[in-house]
Amino acid sequence: MSPQTEIVLIAAVVAAACALPGVFLVLWRMAMMSDAISHTVLLGIVAGYLLVSDLDSPFLLVGAAAMGILTVTLVEIVTRTRLVKEDAAIGIVFPGLFGLAVLLISVYAGDVHLDEHVVFQGDLVFAPFDRVVIVGLDLPRTLVTMLVILFLNLLLISLLYKELKLATFDPGLAAALGFSPILIHYLLMTMVSVTAVGAFDAVGSILVVALMVVPSATAYLVTDRLSRMIGLSVAVGVIGAVGGFWLARWLDTTVGGSMVATIGLLFGLAFLAAPERGIVAIARRRLRQRWEFAQTMLAIHLLHHEGTPEAAVENRVDHLWEDLRWKPDFAEQVVRHAEQRGIVRRTAGMLSLTGEGREMAEEALINS
Amino acid sequence: MTADSAPLALEVTDLTVAYAEKAVLWDVDLAVPAGTLMAVIGPNGAGKTTLIKAILGLLKPAAGQVLLSGKGYEQQRRRVAYVPQRGSVDWDFPTSVLDVVMMGRYGDLGWFRRPRRREQEMSRKALVEVGMEDFADRQISQLSGGQQQRVFLARALVQDADIYFMDEPFQGVDATTERAIIGLLQRLRADNKTVVAVYHDLQTVAEYFDWVTLLNVRRIASGPVSEVFTAENLRRTYGGRIGFVEGISHPTDMLEAETDQ
Amino acid sequence: MSWAGLLDDLVFDYTLRTVALGTAIIGVISGVLGCYALLRRQSLLGDAISHAALPGVVIAFMITRSRASIVLMLGALVSGVLATLLILAVVRNTRLKEDSALGIALSVFFGLGLMLLTVTQRMSDARQAGLDRFLFGQAATLVVADVITMAVIAGLAIGLVLLFWKEFKLVSFDPDFATSMGFPARGLDVGLTTLLVVAIVIGLQAVGVILMSALVVAPAAGARQWTNRLGTMTILAGLFGGFSGVAGALISNTRSGLSTGPVIALVVSLITLASMLVAPNRGLIWNWVRRLRQRQQFRSETVLVDLLALSQQHDSLSYGHSVDAIHAMNRGRRGEVRTLHGLRERRLVTGTGDGMWSLTEAGEAEAQRILQENDGAQAALTRSQIEVAP
Repeated sequence: MSPQTEIVLIAAVVAAACALPGVFLVLWRMAMMSDAISHTVLLGIVAGYLLVSDLDSPFLLVGAAAMGILTVTLVEIVTRTRLVKEDAAIGIVFPGLFGLAVLLISVYAGDVHLDEHVVFQGDLVFAPFDRVVIVGLDLPRTLVTMLVILFLNLLLISLLYKELKLATFDPGLAAALGFSPILIHYLLMTMVSVTAVGAFDAVGSILVVALMVVPSATAYLVTDRLSRMIGLSVAVGVIGAVGGFWLARWLDTTVGGSMVATIGLLFGLAFLAAPERGIVAIARRRLRQRWEFAQTMLAIHLLHHEGTPEAAVENRVDHLWEDLRWKPDFAEQVVRHAEQRGIVRRTAGMLSLTGEGREMAEEALINS
Repeated sequence: MTADSAPLALEVTDLTVAYAEKAVLWDVDLAVPAGTLMAVIGPNGAGKTTLIKAILGLLKPAAGQVLLSGKGYEQQRRRVAYVPQRGSVDWDFPTSVLDVVMMGRYGDLGWFRRPRRREQEMSRKALVEVGMEDFADRQISQLSGGQQQRVFLARALVQDADIYFMDEPFQGVDATTERAIIGLLQRLRADNKTVVAVYHDLQTVAEYFDWVTLLNVRRIASGPVSEVFTAENLRRTYGGRIGFVEGISHPTDMLEAETDQ
Repeated sequence: MSWAGLLDDLVFDYTLRTVALGTAIIGVISGVLGCYALLRRQSLLGDAISHAALPGVVIAFMITRSRASIVLMLGALVSGVLATLLILAVVRNTRLKEDSALGIALSVFFGLGLMLLTVTQRMSDARQAGLDRFLFGQAATLVVADVITMAVIAGLAIGLVLLFWKEFKLVSFDPDFATSMGFPARGLDVGLTTLLVVAIVIGLQAVGVILMSALVVAPAAGARQWTNRLGTMTILAGLFGGFSGVAGALISNTRSGLSTGPVIALVVSLITLASMLVAPNRGLIWNWVRRLRQRQQFRSETVLVDLLALSQQHDSLSYGHSVDAIHAMNRGRRGEVRTLHGLRERRLVTGTGDGMWSLTEAGEAEAQRILQENDGAQAALTRSQIEVAP
């Protein structure tokens, strides 16, 4: 494989691995936890390095994953003191730990490859130079690590699919059936931490947030089904990775940043044009419903005043403006539409309901 | 009742409110004379809170209009007081009881002017009226639910209004607070003020209020308790759910109480 | 270097003084506006805004080729406001919740910023632009002109906070009530958020986009623990922020290659941690001591009531009872001996020798008082009498 191909491959695998736990972060409303974790894992790496003085030691990965869990636990502890709200707890815990990590690097580890800029850049470009040989195959180390993480994430989600789904949509029932939501929560957080550590090396911490949150959010705008959302989220991540690679080549800039820009573009597309949930679809539906709604309102208004003494006044077209606060031309248009649909009859400026209109008004009242 | 010539304290015509094109209130009409204590009752999701919020201009109605003493809300702000649901604010906010009560004066003070001695005195007086004078300097998070409710009532009192809108003032309060609120309602009525309160306890509606509006997305009935608080109207409001209505453990009791009237 | 040495530098070193003044201003303004962010549950908005400012900085530079603070700040302001609008639009129009919206704005804007930053760095003559100081912040790059710009903007922002004090407080506590009285809650809300963006933007150069959010959340969270008044909280948060700013500038000055952002983040986190532990009334240690005292008092009362029950069984106040008998009534609770010694000091019980204990008359009166106060305890007494009776 050429180094270029390897970079694309690594980017795609990282994106896919991040998208998997990301789906649940988005659904569980904990997206910002990825921000906290992806920053604090640096402290785990630094602490691990200071202990074993070896940047390639697996200890670093373990330390970093443990730090991810510690972050989640700390946020929970701080929230539980009730001295601050949860959002503030996240905002207090991670900058402190991250600041400590950066300081430790500049004081104790300034001369090694561990450099604070890695935090948001990663070196995808250099990834192909660091290689391992596994079962006779000569592969980039990052690719192997991320493939393993991707496989683990896939395995965990497919094994626990039912439980995760239940814990997502009905935590109470999940608990009642004996699946501890807390256990599942910590399993997910472990998954996020391990993935963040692996991906962090390749794309940097803030881009990890992007790869976890944005593809899943995009998928959530498009589908209702959990299984589809997982698949789509992975697809968006991978398309973003490949597209980002080419964008970076074209602009001669960082691959990570370009990946995020591409994924951001995909999100923007879904935000605007997703069927049913995109802005355009919502606007069109609102417009249609506005007419529908106005006609129902007219029917109900007429129904209410049917047979009452004030009906002679209330049920005139030119009186609608006063009662319903409709602009005259809007009122005229609504009435014309309603006439065409056979809801109302107009006789000498007086409106009355047809049988069909009465049925419609009564139905609307019952159903709401 | 007031003379026919006097404008109604509150007149709502054809009020329709919708969230995302789904109606929460359909074509509601209300006419409330001054000096009335009116309960708004109805099942959960009937739009009671929505009704109050729409009257106060916190929600934009899809249709209809609201008149307070014959004028639009914009012109009558100074004559209106509002008691929101207790749970709508963060009681851990760093402020004192007196400070919260003084917020009721902010409307009259207008922009930039700070509350002064006069506002303080009015607020302390209002706290006396709800029996909370000893708590003036407490942090609001140290209050019980009933005490929080009385602070909100005091805040409405210093607004010195003619019409009071109260959203669930009796929700989860202790007996002392309940007595305090009832005393207050009676005093307001004696001063010819109008009160519109979202209410839940059907058994005491007739005891505490003179008017009642039964609401379930549309207005089922509205008028003097003796005329509209009937078993038939209640059934139409609560439908089949009458057995689950809060505060009513034995629906038959209520229905019997009704037929007694 | 010692602390005294640092202070000497602060007094005599002109450059350092300028820098420290700059970071102090940043700390004060973000502390003050952070209070409103904290109280309106927008703590993480600061994080999103500061990250999202990066592309604005880079684009401003690309357009103007200027490194002047005011130009870059304007760029940051524009992209910070855009990010805030994006968050609002996503929350309003989709089923995504605020956390996802924040994550999207933060990471996409930042990714875009990194991409553009790399592009500018590859352009000729732009290498020295030093835009990457915006990542972690380099206070040492502040010059007098920067500090003056910052001071003017911060002064204006604080002036607005004072001018709208009553209105901002009202809208932060109860926006619906504010609207019902005719105050434009939405407009005041937008105003407060814009001021927060301004506070963040003027800090970016010295603190960096990554850790600027620490200065928004932590001083306010720390200050909240010490007081129950918004005014005091705001002043304290300003002081905490300002102190952290100065400390950050001084400490990072002691060593080359030490970014200011992380130092400030660490200092301000420590202040917050300390506040949460030791602040009176709210602090964790305070609460812990209070709970301990309550438990101690509860134990004393239980032992007194138990002794009263035992003495009533024997129809004699001075009859001595063993610790074991008392323990049996307590069902598993420990520490009676220590409690008894404490009660003896208060002259409520006496030891009758051989490790036996009985109530004094004062103790009997106290036990009766406790019983009267607590009907529940009466029930417990009846229960334990039945249990102890042979």
